[in-house]
Amino acid sequence: MKLEDIKVCALRVGGTNCDAETQRAFQELGVHTEIIQVSELIKRRNLLDYNVLVFPGGFSYGDYVRSGVIFARHLSAQLGKEIQSFIDEGRPILGICNGFQILVEYGLLPGFEGISPVPEATLTTNEPAGFKCKWVYLKHENQSKCVFTSAIPQGKIIRLPIAHGEGRLLFPKEKEEEVLKRLIDEDMLVFRYCTKDGSSAEGLYPANPNGSFHDIAGICNPEGNIFGLMPHPERALYWWQQPDWTRQNQMLQYGDGKLIFQSIINKLTKKC
Amino acid sequence: MKYAVKIEVSLKPGHSNPEGETTMQLLTELGYNVEAVDVSKVYTVFLEASTVVEVETKAQEMCKRLFANPTKDNYTINVAERK
Repeated sequence: MKLEDIKVCALRVGGTNCDAETQRAFQELGVHTEIIQVSELIKRRNLLDYNVLVFPGGFSYGDYVRSGVIFARHLSAQLGKEIQSFIDEGRPILGICNGFQILVEYGLLPGFEGISPVPEATLTTNEPAGFKCKWVYLKHENQSKCVFTSAIPQGKIIRLPIAHGEGRLLFPKEKEEEVLKRLIDEDMLVFRYCTKDGSSAEGLYPANPNGSFHDIAGICNPEGNIFGLMPHPERALYWWQQPDWTRQNQMLQYGDGKLIFQSIINKLTKKC
Repeated sequence: MKYAVKIEVSLKPGHSNPEGETTMQLLTELGYNVEAVDVSKVYTVFLEASTVVEVETKAQEMCKRLFANPTKDNYTINVAERK
């Protein structure tokens, strides 16, 4: 596929944020990106005109009932067949922050056996509790499966910002170890929170900012085309978006967030 | 028949409950000897159905599809007739 033929849909509803930053990130890399209201997409029913679907961050529908659940259920009721076709064709879906919560509530992540009718995990209240808006370090754990991190070597440490109050990824207590084994065995672990030098966060704040199980910050589905993460790559597109960029001893053009967007573009244009 | 269904969703034991902990601290400050405070959400759904069993079945579906996440939530359902 040629770069100029790629079309990205950034889906928004009331309460969505960072849709403009997501559009900016893709467009900076030469990819046509449209911000589409869900009601518009339901009217047009043209999801399959797009090659990539993105659920940006925010507080969709005011986080009513539970973060992400109303967006997820609204979408499955109104566009379930189109979403299923999109996934069946292996087209990529990215969920950032609230987008990750939406993918989990939809049953798309972890999605061990395809779309689950009930959520298989939760992104719940941070531990320690509170809204955390800070930069974190992440270790890339994925070997090769996730299409959104294909340009990132396994083991690389990257730096992205988080901004959430409910980002603690948990699985049913009785299944935790079994789920972790599957995530590792099936190469679905993508990012784990870590310290600046890449050491394990060991579940401890501040390296693990929300108490996520096994320090997990992002996972993909078994096929690798659906990816959700709590940190915001679109807020780390440029080098100067880092809070301490003037105190660093190098000045680059882009920040680590670019790697996520570049990875999927490379995949679609077959550069990796 | 018309029914009112009260669906109460609460956190499973062991899950973080900062609202309850903060409330308990204040109650203690106010002089009450409080062991713990649990917080839950109550949704009252008004609907029409032929039987109580039908209402309960629908309410169970609503909980699974929307109101509760099985990883962290427990829920109870109470059905009452209304005029």
